[in-house]
Parts: sequence; structure tokens; C-alpha cells
Amino acid sequence: MKAVIIDDELLARSMVKEYLLGHPEIELVQECSDGFEGIKAIQHHQPDLIFLDIQMPKINGFEMLELIEQPPAVIFTTAFEEYAIKAFEAHAIDYLLKPFSKERFDRAIQKWQQQNQQERRADTDKLLYTAGINLVQQNRVVVKDNTRIKIIPTANIQYLEAADDYVKIHTAEGAFLKNKTMGYFEEVLAPQNFIRIHRSYLVNVQLITRIDPYEKENHLAILSIGVKLPVSKSGYTKLKQALGI
Amino acid sequence: MVKSITTGSRFRVTFISWWLVWILVHSLMVNSYGVKPIQSLTDSILCNLLLAASCLLITNNMKYYLPQKERYWYVLIMSLVLSGIWLVAVKTILKMVFKSDENYLLFLDKSIYIRYVIGFLMIGCMAMLSLLWYTLQEQQEANRRKEEAEQMTKDAELLKLRQQLQPHFLFNSLNSISALAGSQPEKARHMIQQLSDFLRGTLKRDEQQWVTLEEELRHLQLYLDIEKVRFGHRLVTEIQISDGTGKLYIPTLLLQPIVENAIKFGLYDTTGEVIISVIAKQENKQLHITISNPFDEETAVSTQGTGFGLVSIYRRLFLLFARHDLLHTSKTGTIFTTTLLIPQHNYESSNH
Repeated sequence: MKAVIIDDELLARSMVKEYLLGHPEIELVQECSDGFEGIKAIQHHQPDLIFLDIQMPKINGFEMLELIEQPPAVIFTTAFEEYAIKAFEAHAIDYLLKPFSKERFDRAIQKWQQQNQQERRADTDKLLYTAGINLVQQNRVVVKDNTRIKIIPTANIQYLEAADDYVKIHTAEGAFLKNKTMGYFEEVLAPQNFIRIHRSYLVNVQLITRIDPYEKENHLAILSIGVKLPVSKSGYTKLKQALGI
Repeated sequence: MVKSITTGSRFRVTFISWWLVWILVHSLMVNSYGVKPIQSLTDSILCNLLLAASCLLITNNMKYYLPQKERYWYVLIMSLVLSGIWLVAVKTILKMVFKSDENYLLFLDKSIYIRYVIGFLMIGCMAMLSLLWYTLQEQQEANRRKEEAEQMTKDAELLKLRQQLQPHFLFNSLNSISALAGSQPEKARHMIQQLSDFLRGTLKRDEQQWVTLEEELRHLQLYLDIEKVRFGHRLVTEIQISDGTGKLYIPTLLLQPIVENAIKFGLYDTTGEVIISVIAKQENKQLHITISNPFDEETAVSTQGTGFGLVSIYRRLFLLFARHDLLHTSKTGTIFTTTLLIPQHNYESSNH
């Protein structure tokens, strides 16, 4: 079994390392001090388990997880006792609140070892979903642009377009692909004034300058950036509601 | 904002009816001296319209300029001069209108002193009313500001306490201590000491409004030392104070949030070494403090909006000094700089 520790504080890492000495079956393959190193280490070592801090430089723990294709099992080690953590609690993914005892640490390891493959998969999926919501609550979305990691403030998103299994995020700097569904973004971006005007389009309402009739029952939304997007019948109803017309 | 005495319908109604009544009284009085009714009415309307205008003029003048000292002399002189001007204007116009009527002109000459006295009394009354009104308004405004400032300090302290007792700082520090306890117990003990001193300092300062920069920096240093244990070599701090600045005063809990902010953004915005610098000097009787930290435009904007969390500091400075120009932020390349000006003359009045 391979494990990676990702935490920006040396002492916090050394603590986990010390506790891991009691579990010789787990091999600590790398220690990372930020999310970028974490991504590389995970891709390189394909660990079975990671110990992950949430508040870290540049990209936080959630953002890092979002950028990994198939994340390993995660045990959070954090002092971050905020709303996000409550959500994780419900999802039965273990997290250790700093400072934690050796006993508590052992319990987390035991819990992880008792899970079967399926349970782990399901936990990770839920975890990613919660992590995503948390990110959008912080008004940003992270994407991978080849090897570069890009952080997009949600206010900079012009519109989202469905593209097969991906969602294309359009911004002034170009479009980025993200491995998520339109339904997911519709849900998480709803409080930020994004409306699903069409099966394939989710638009930043603030950019709409005009809505023109188009063919029989359809409309066209014209954005201030010069883009015209189709509006379906149900999309038009939602749009009218949102704009109060 | 100071409310003008002339706004509101109650003032307008009272003002207009007063002058209507006075026009009537005036014309009846003039008429009783044997002046023809039409002449009395013209005389009265002209006199009182001009007088009403003078009253509005003086009250408006006082809205924009209220002398701090010798207010009563100002009112007296203003009223004397204004009623003089008013009298000359009235006399000239009436003489022109009724230049052929000898009787009337004689009456006008005779009544000149009583006219002056009445005009002076009217304008003086209006000026005194305005003076009282605006003084009261000013006091209320000052009280409101003072109360709000006190409330803000309280809130800031509570927030401060909460922040410092929050997971981010306290629990991470405790975690570091826990980690040290296994391998380096001496260091663990030292850190417990630092943490205790810092917490004690935080608890102690809630009643004091102002402290010397020296004191504030001493407290800040405890905080920085703890952060340095946590972040190791990543965090470097540079504190430079010019001679004599250490004795200058600064409101409590003002500098520390800015430095904390700088550390937070420095540490979480970049991955390398973070240099936080605090430079204090004295300029034009003002304490001038510059705090700078590295940052990354991309991540900073997306996580923090625009303010860098300085809005409450800005607000507090306004409440303490009634000035909007004491906090500045600027970005040069990847360095974010916060500049803080603390006027020293307010220290005496605010502290006692």
C-alpha cells in the first residue's frame, strides 16, 4: 500500500509520518508541500491513499482533487472546521481535525482498510462532488489546460457549452474543457446568476444584452461579447423569471 | 451628512406663513401713519421679500460655513452687515418707486432707524436659529461617529479574538506543538510559551484604545514567531522602524490585521519564499507604515474580490479620524503594498 502526504506545514507532515510508523504495511512514497507537487506525485506513484490538507498555497486540497483523473482514497488532515467539513462527515469520508491523536489516526486507517473497492469509489465520487460545490462557493473553478493549471473566477465565465462528455467553459481568455456534466454546473452555478437557457448552454445572465425572437417558439440571447446563443422554450421561461420580465 | 434647516415641508410652511403675517402687520402699521394703502402694501411686500431672502441667505451661508470659535461674534457682525445692505437696497428701491411723493419720502426717512432695528432683529433671529440647529446637528453627527467607532472597536476585538481562536491559527499551532512534542520537546515548550504570551496579549488589550507602535510591534512579533515555526523557512519578515517612530501612537488592532492579511495572501498565493516587510517612518507629524507582501493577481482576485479584506480597516480609520485618505493599496508587479497613515494629533482627544 502506498501513501502520499500533502500539507504545506513541515511539522504537520512530520506528525503524520510519525504516526505512519505504526503501520508498516503502508509505505510513505512522497511528501508534498503544495497541490502542484501533490498532483505530480499522485500521477507518478499512483498511491492508494493520500493525507490531504485543505488550506494550501495557490490551489487548495479540493482544487487539487478536482484536477486528478482518478483520485485515490483521501483522508483529510485539517484544522478547517467549517461548513465543507460537515458535508464530508455525512459522506463518511474520514477526516482528521488537527491536532489529532495517534488513536484517532489509527481509527481512520482502520476504517479505510475495512472499506472494499466499491465503497472507496463511491466515497471518492461523493467527495469530488462536495469539493466541487465548495469551490464554486469560493467563486472559482479550476481547469487543466494541457499541463497548466488555470483558476477561473466564476465571474469571468461567459457561458458553458455542452461538448460530449465534457463541458466547455468560455471565458475572455478562451475556452477550457472540464470533465463534468451540464447538470452539475447548472446546479452549482445557479446562485451566481447562471441560467440553463438551452440543453447545451448555460449562460452568465449579466452578459445578456438582448433577447430576440427566432423562428417559431425559440429565441436568441445576444451577449455583450457578440455571441448569439439559442434559447429553448423552457429556457426562455427560466430567463424571463430570472430577469423579472 | 448634516441636514439642512431649510429642508422639509414644516420649515417651508412656517417660514412662508410667518412672512405673510408679517407683511400684513407691516402694511397695517405703515398705513396707520397715514400712508396710502397701496403704498403701504408695496412698501411692506418689498421690505419683507428682501428680508426673507436675506434670512435664507444667512442660513444657507451657515450651512456651509460654521466658524469653530467666536460663533456669536460672527452671527452679530453678519446680521449687522446684512441688515445694513438690506436697508440700503430697500431705501433705494422705494425712493425710486415713489420719488414724486414728498410725504412718503419724509415718512421713509423718519422710519429708517426702526426699519433697521427690525431688519437686524429678524436676520439675527434667523442666524441664531441656524447656529443652534447646525451646532446641534454637528454634535449629533460627532456623537454618532464616536459611538460607531466604539462599536467597531468592540466588534473588531471580538472578531480578532474569534479569528485568533480559530482553527487556522490556534489549531494549526497546537498541531505544530503536538508534532514537536514527540521529536523536540524543548521547542514544543518554547512554542507553548509564545502562544500563551500572544493570547494573553490579545486578551489584555480590549480596553485600551491606543498603544505605542513599539508595543504593537512587540505583540505582532509574537504572532510572527509562531507563524515562523509553522511555515519554517517559507516565511521571512523584515521590520524597519525609523528613529523615534516607536514612541508614536497607533489604535490597537489596526496593524495586526493588515499584517495577518499580508501573510495569508503571501503564503497562500505563492509557493516560494514569502517576504513580508513592515516599514514605519514619521512624515508630517503622521505615522507612516508600509506593509508589503507578494501576491498573484490570478488567484488573489478570484479568492478575495477586490478588497484584500481591508474594508473594515478603512471603515475604522474613517470613524476614528473622519478621513478617507489614510489607507492606500497598490500593486507593483507581484508585490502588494498597503500604506497606512496614522495622524498623531487625534491621539490626545480620542484617548481622553
